[in-house]
Amino acid sequence: MDDHILEMRGITKTFPGVRALDDVNLAVRTGEIHAICGENGAGKSTLMKVLSGVYPAGSFDGEIIYEGRPVAFHGVRDSEGVGVVIIHQELALVPYLSIAENIFLGNERRGRGGLIDWNRAHAEAAGLLKSVGLHENPETPVAQLGVGKQQLVEIAKALSKNVRLLILDEPTAALNDSDSAHLLELLRDLKERGITSIMISHKLGEIISIGDRVTVLRDGQTVETLDVAAGEVNQDRIIRGMVGRDLDAYYPHRESHPGEEVLRVEDWTAWHPTQDRKVVDGVSFTARVGEVVGIAGLMGAGRTELAMSIFGRSWGRNITGRLFVRGEQVQARNVPEAISHGIAYATEDRKRYGLNLIEDIRRNVTAAALGKLSRRGWVNGNEETKVAEASRRSMNIKAPTVMSVVGKLSGGNQQKVVLSKWLYTDPEVLILDEPTRGIDVGAKYEIYTIVNRLVADGKAVVVISSELPELLGICDRIYTLASGRITGELPAEEATQETLMELMTQDKEVSA
Amino acid sequence: MSKTVPQTEEIVPAPNAAQRSEDASGRASLLGLLTANLRTSGIYIAFVTIVALFAILTGGTSVSPGNLTNIVLQYSYILVLAIGMVIVIIGGHIDLSVGSVVALTGAVSADLVIGHGYPFWVGVGAALVVGLAVGAWHGIWVAYVGIPAFIVTLAGMLLFRGLTLQVLDNVSLSPFPRSYTKIANGFLNGLLGGYGYDVFTLLIGGIAVAGYALHAWRSRSARIRYEQPVESLPLFGLKVLAVGVVVMVFAWQLAHARGLPIVLIILAVLVLVYGLVTNRTVFGRQVYAIGGNQPAAMLSGVKVKKVNFWIFVNMGFLSAVAGVIFSSRMNGAQPSAGEMFELDAIAAAFIGGAAVTGGVGTVVGAMAGGLIMAVMSNGMQLMGVEQQMQMVVKGLVLLLAVAFDVYNKRRAGASS
Repeated sequence: MDDHILEMRGITKTFPGVRALDDVNLAVRTGEIHAICGENGAGKSTLMKVLSGVYPAGSFDGEIIYEGRPVAFHGVRDSEGVGVVIIHQELALVPYLSIAENIFLGNERRGRGGLIDWNRAHAEAAGLLKSVGLHENPETPVAQLGVGKQQLVEIAKALSKNVRLLILDEPTAALNDSDSAHLLELLRDLKERGITSIMISHKLGEIISIGDRVTVLRDGQTVETLDVAAGEVNQDRIIRGMVGRDLDAYYPHRESHPGEEVLRVEDWTAWHPTQDRKVVDGVSFTARVGEVVGIAGLMGAGRTELAMSIFGRSWGRNITGRLFVRGEQVQARNVPEAISHGIAYATEDRKRYGLNLIEDIRRNVTAAALGKLSRRGWVNGNEETKVAEASRRSMNIKAPTVMSVVGKLSGGNQQKVVLSKWLYTDPEVLILDEPTRGIDVGAKYEIYTIVNRLVADGKAVVVISSELPELLGICDRIYTLASGRITGELPAEEATQETLMELMTQDKEVSA
Repeated sequence: MSKTVPQTEEIVPAPNAAQRSEDASGRASLLGLLTANLRTSGIYIAFVTIVALFAILTGGTSVSPGNLTNIVLQYSYILVLAIGMVIVIIGGHIDLSVGSVVALTGAVSADLVIGHGYPFWVGVGAALVVGLAVGAWHGIWVAYVGIPAFIVTLAGMLLFRGLTLQVLDNVSLSPFPRSYTKIANGFLNGLLGGYGYDVFTLLIGGIAVAGYALHAWRSRSARIRYEQPVESLPLFGLKVLAVGVVVMVFAWQLAHARGLPIVLIILAVLVLVYGLVTNRTVFGRQVYAIGGNQPAAMLSGVKVKKVNFWIFVNMGFLSAVAGVIFSSRMNGAQPSAGEMFELDAIAAAFIGGAAVTGGVGTVVGAMAGGLIMAVMSNGMQLMGVEQQMQMVVKGLVLLLAVAFDVYNKRRAGASS
C-alpha cells in the first residue's frame, strides 16, 4: 500500500452515448515502469487524460490517490504542480521555438523585472539535455530535430517540472529502432533516479524488455495487472488479456463465394511526405469479387497510408508499385483517376476528410460523382434529390429528409452517408478505413449488413480495422501489417485474435 | 455465427416524426420556415426594415423615382464585384485586389478609347482581357503555388494599382465618347412610347415577375414530386406576390424617372447567370465543397486546384466588368479609381450571409447585403449625415452581421 505512488480506483468516464471507462482500477508502485496496453479504443488514453487532469475532477467518477492522498486535478497545471507530467502521442512542441524556449514554455525562468533570464534558461536547458542524452544546442529550433530527438526534448521539459510520475502515450510509435532503443534506455535511467513511469504501448516486446508490471485494459475495463519483472509473462499471455472477448452476435452471417480478382497491388511503397522514412514498404495484396479482405495493423503500422497512397496518391511521396484492376494495370495519379478506375476509399476520419459537415445529405451523397448527374456542367437537381433519397432509404439513414445537414447526424448515420457517396461512384472495389470507428453497436451491425450486401452485389471490399473481432467477424481473408510491411495472410476461419496480434506486433527483424 | 440483431441505440428523432409533419400538413408553417431559415431569411427582413426605416427618416425621398435610379447607378459596380467576391469567399478565399483591378481595367479601356481613339467596344474587350489575365495571375499563385489568397491579392492590390498609375501616367483621362458612357449612364426607354411613364420598363418588370413566378412554381412542383417539404400554397402565393409587388413598385418608380438603366439589365443578367452557376452547375457545387471541407473535396475527386484557379479568373472577369461600368459612370479613368471597393464587396458578401470560414453564401444574399449598404449610405447622404458617421454606422452593421452569423452557427451547433 505505502509503496504505491498512484492508485486510481473505480474510474468511470462517460461521453454522450459511450462509456469509455467502466470502473477501472490502476495501481502504480513507486519507482516502477508500469506499462498499459490494450486494443485501440480500450480506454488507455482516456484513462491517462483523467489522471493528468485533461478531463477535470468531477467530469468522471472514482478517486485518484497520489502519494497517499486523494487528489482532484482541475487541469494539467494542477497535475504538473505535484509532479505528474504526461507526454502525448502527438508531441506538443512549438516547432519554431528553440529547445530552451520549448522546455520552459509556460514556466519561464524569470530574472530581474520579470524579464526572461535567457542565460539561466539556456544553462538549465543544457543541463537537462545532458541528462536525457541529447547533444544539441538549446538554441536550436525544435523543427530542425527529428521525431526521436523531439521526444527527448519533451522528456527534458518534463524533468524541468520536477516530474515524479511520467506518463508516455505510445512514445516509440513514430520512432525508428535506434531512437526507440535510446528512449527505452533513458526510461530505465530515469527509473534509477527514482522517477516512476507509466507507458502506453502497443509494442509488447518493449513492454517485456523494460516494464516491471503491465495493466491490460479491454473495452474500458481493467482486465488484469501482470508482473512482468517476475518473468512469468510472455507476449502470448498479454495478448490473451487484450483480446479475450466474445465475438458472438455482432456480425451478420454471409455465404462467401469469392470470384475473379478485382484488385491487385504489387510491391507498393510510399514515403512519409516530410520525414525521411518509408511508411509503406513493399506491400502486395489482392481482393476478389464477392470477397471481404481485412487489413489488420496497430496504430502507426501504415494502414491508412497504404490505402490513401493507392487511392490516387492522396498521401505520401515517392510512391512506387503496380496497381491492377480486373487484371489490367492502371495508373491512378490523382483521385479522379482512381475513382474512374473503380476504386473508392472511405476515410477513417469522416469528419475531417469524408464529409462536408455544413452541407446536406443530398450534396454529400453526390459529391464524388456529380458527373453522373450533369449534362454539360449543369446538375440535375431533381435527379440528385432522387438519388439521395434512394440512398437514404436503402442505407436506412435516419434523417427527416435528404436536406438535413450532415453535421447534425449521429456518427453511424454520417458513416452511411459516406458509404452512399462512394457507392454512387459505382466502384469495383471499396476500401473502408475503420468503417465502424466511433459508432454504436446497432449502427455497426447495419454497416456490416451493408458490407455483406455490397459483396453479394459483386463488389470487392477491403476493410482496414484495428478491431480484430470485427475483422474476424466480417472478412474472408486477413492480411496483417506491421511497420509498413505485410507480415502475414490468413483465411479468416484459420485466424484467431491471438495469431493476428502476434503477426501485428512482429518486429521487422522477425518478419524479414 | 448467430445473428441476434442488437437494438439500435442511436438517438434519432422518432422515426415517424418526419412522416408526421409530412402527413399532417405536408407544409412548413410560416413561423417554422422563418426560424429554420433564419440565416437566409434574416437578411431579407433586415433589408426591408432598412428600406422602410430610411423611407420614413427621409420623408419618402429615399424611395422616390429619381433616388432609386441613383442607387442603381451608384452601386451597380459594387454589386458586380460582390457577385465575384461571394464566390471567392464561398471557396474559402478572399480578394483584396478588386479595387485596383477596377482601376486598371478602366485605365486600359480609357487609354485605348480616349487616348488612341479606338471604338468603345475595343476598350471594353481589352478591359475584359486584362481582367481575365489578372484573375489567371492570382489563380496561379493561389491554386498552383499554394500562397494564401490574402497575401496574393494584397500583393495584387499594390501591383495593379501601380500598373494603373503606369498606364495613366499618373493623370486622369476623360471624357469618353457617348457610346461608352451610355453603359453606365444610359437608359432604355421610350421604346414603346411614354405617357408620363415608360411602358417598356414596366413591361420588362412584368416579364421578370412572370418569369420568377413560373420558376418558383416549377421548382415547388418538382419538390412536391420528389416528396420534399414545401411552404403551403397561401404562403407560396404570398411570397410570389410580395416579390412581384416589390419588383413592380420598383419598376413603376423607375418608369417615372428616366426609364430602365442599361446597367440594371447587365446586373440582372449577371445575377441570374451567377445564381444558376452557383446553384446548378458542377463548378458551383465544387466551390461549395472546397469551401466546406477542402480535404474531403479533394478525396471526393474534386480537382481543387483547377476550381480555385477558375474562381479567381472569374473574379478578375467581374472586376473588369465593374471597371468598365465604373469608368463609364465616371466618364473617365482616374489613378485612384476603385479605392476601398474591395471592402464594400467583401462587406456585401458577409452581410449577405457568407461564412468567414467558407462553404456558405449565396449570390442573391450578397446582392441583398450590397443593397443594404447602398440604401444605408444613400439614405444617410440624403439626411445629411456626415461622412465620418456614415463610416461608423457601416462598420457597425458589418460587425453585427457577422456576429449574427457566428451566433447562428453556435446555435445550430448546440442543437445537434
